[in-house]
Amino acid sequence: MTLTQTIFSVTMLAQTVRMAVPYACAALGGVWSERSGVVNIALEGTLLVSGLAAVAAHVASGSAAVGAFAAIVAGALFALVHAVLVARERVDAIVSGIALNLVAAGGTRFVLRSLYDSSSNSPSVAGFAVHVGAHASPAMALLLRTLTDPLTILTVVAAAASFFVLYRTRFGLRARACGEDPQAAAIAGVPVAPVRILAVTIGGMVCGLGGAALAFDQHQFQSGMSGGRGFIALAAVILSGWRPARAVLACVAFAALDALQIVLQDQSRVPREVIEMFPYVATLLSLVVIGLTRGAGRPPAGLGKHAESA
Amino acid sequence: MNGDRRASILATVAGLAAAWVAFDLLVFFYGESPRRLFVLLFEGTWGTPYGAGQVLFKATPLLFTGVAVDLALRAGLFNIGAEGQLAVGGLAAGIVGALLPPWVPGPLAVVIVLIAAAAAGGAWAFIPAVLRARFRAHEVISTIMMNRIADAAIGLVLGLGFALKGTVRTLDLASGARVPRLERFLPALRGSAVSLSLLAAVVLALVVGWSYRGTRWGREVSLVGMNPVACAAERIPVRSRIAQAMILSGALCGLVSSATVLGYKGYFEQGLGAGAGFGGLAVALLGRGSGVGLVLAALLFGTMQQGGLAINAYVPMELMDVIQGVVITAVALADARVRAAVVRSSRGAFA
Repeated sequence: MTLTQTIFSVTMLAQTVRMAVPYACAALGGVWSERSGVVNIALEGTLLVSGLAAVAAHVASGSAAVGAFAAIVAGALFALVHAVLVARERVDAIVSGIALNLVAAGGTRFVLRSLYDSSSNSPSVAGFAVHVGAHASPAMALLLRTLTDPLTILTVVAAAASFFVLYRTRFGLRARACGEDPQAAAIAGVPVAPVRILAVTIGGMVCGLGGAALAFDQHQFQSGMSGGRGFIALAAVILSGWRPARAVLACVAFAALDALQIVLQDQSRVPREVIEMFPYVATLLSLVVIGLTRGAGRPPAGLGKHAESA
Repeated sequence: MNGDRRASILATVAGLAAAWVAFDLLVFFYGESPRRLFVLLFEGTWGTPYGAGQVLFKATPLLFTGVAVDLALRAGLFNIGAEGQLAVGGLAAGIVGALLPPWVPGPLAVVIVLIAAAAAGGAWAFIPAVLRARFRAHEVISTIMMNRIADAAIGLVLGLGFALKGTVRTLDLASGARVPRLERFLPALRGSAVSLSLLAAVVLALVVGWSYRGTRWGREVSLVGMNPVACAAERIPVRSRIAQAMILSGALCGLVSSATVLGYKGYFEQGLGAGAGFGGLAVALLGRGSGVGLVLAALLFGTMQQGGLAINAYVPMELMDVIQGVVITAVALADARVRAAVVRSSRGAFA
């Protein structure tokens, strides 16, 4: 197969969709948080915590659905801590994010060892068993499995719902108002801190979905398995101009690079390490593009700002 | 100023107390006795000369990265890339040290190797520095990406023939390019890998800490971190100061190799020093911009790392990573509360 054929193959498409789900969830979490004015680099930790929660609940209950639910709850709780620290207590958002990422990285390994006596990975889980017709080719089967996976479907629903709630509801308007001008929002009677806390927590739920997808995809939890995805998703958020639909699109682009890494793994012309760098180098390049074009949009004007307490 | 310092000490103490409670609770819920584990933790760290030596050994890289991250923080940058910068610095130290001919005298060899390591660390920070200064790309994202790229790049370079066959380590350093261990001077520390690099790190912390007040460049960097707009108005070259601070921060991370490559292993291997970058973030956030504070913070986290090993048979040592995060969170929270209280009370006074 030539390179072009590889890139436009069904396998590539299937892998792209598969890899896009965790990115998209984390990016939507980022949009929720940052549109309400809270910088969120704790997405990385949220993916880890929720991924482990998904697997642990799955192992304990035997049900993938329970696992996914646990991931959403864990993502919400983890984001809630960040939200309270930043929106209510006014801790620096980057400091809080760094600290929570450390807690998540260490905490997941601690729990792994406590529960499964291994600091590197959990026992394997089935994830959602999706049946596709036996006649399909392996590539087509992967595509169908991915497209009909409940987590993929939930991600699409979450994207649509995020768009709808952020732009078409009173709560969404309030959240965005807090992100644009917390002072004005406060004067207009919007309870800034609670609205932000709720928005960040909703973002944590969506991001938690991504953690579940990440873990179920590998059929186990591995320590550090988020692999920088939370930060790449954040780059996607910035690239999108803090807009949910475009953020998901940007995530698909990053996922395609991950997919390329997978489909090119077998060839030997380019060293494996070079291919591994693709998504990270692409993220750096996208930061350059954002800088050159002033981005697809400006950041929320009240990002990182607080309302003066009266 | 005095009140500021008192407030920040108060916040630190409160944060440490909270971390202490977290330790007790986690150990208790794990089903062990907090008191017994604390005794073990103490005995394994400061209880014996060897334990103390190991604490100092673990604290040395943390102090280098702590000073480095703090430097960037002065300029208003979060250098989360210390992890990658120290890794490429270590690789450069390993390669240059192995290439040095054996007749180069020891001290000169050490200097050459460390210059190479600092240059590599600085070069690795150069990219985020330029991205930040030229394209306003947030350094938190770019430095994390550079960490990931470093992992792959190191594998790539080692694969180019710099590795000992069949391994992921470089050849042995030239015999002169070593930093002597402290056990040579203090026999009580026998067996511990702490080296003279510790003293270098302490001196570095104090000198760099002084330079923010004592040199023009240092003053400009801290002013840029406080208020870039005012600095631009005062014709301070804001963008170059930011870029320079970032690059220098990376160079300091490269110096970690003096403790790991030159003071301990005698070669570089993939993963050597890993964790010290994120540990350095913790040290910098706790040390709060004072040389002495950074030294104390590095000692604290060094103690926690070594203590983790001491209690590992009873409670997974990863517990200490959690506590490390809790310390930063709790101190930041206490700090925010103290600041809010100060604002409230001053309002009361002047209203």
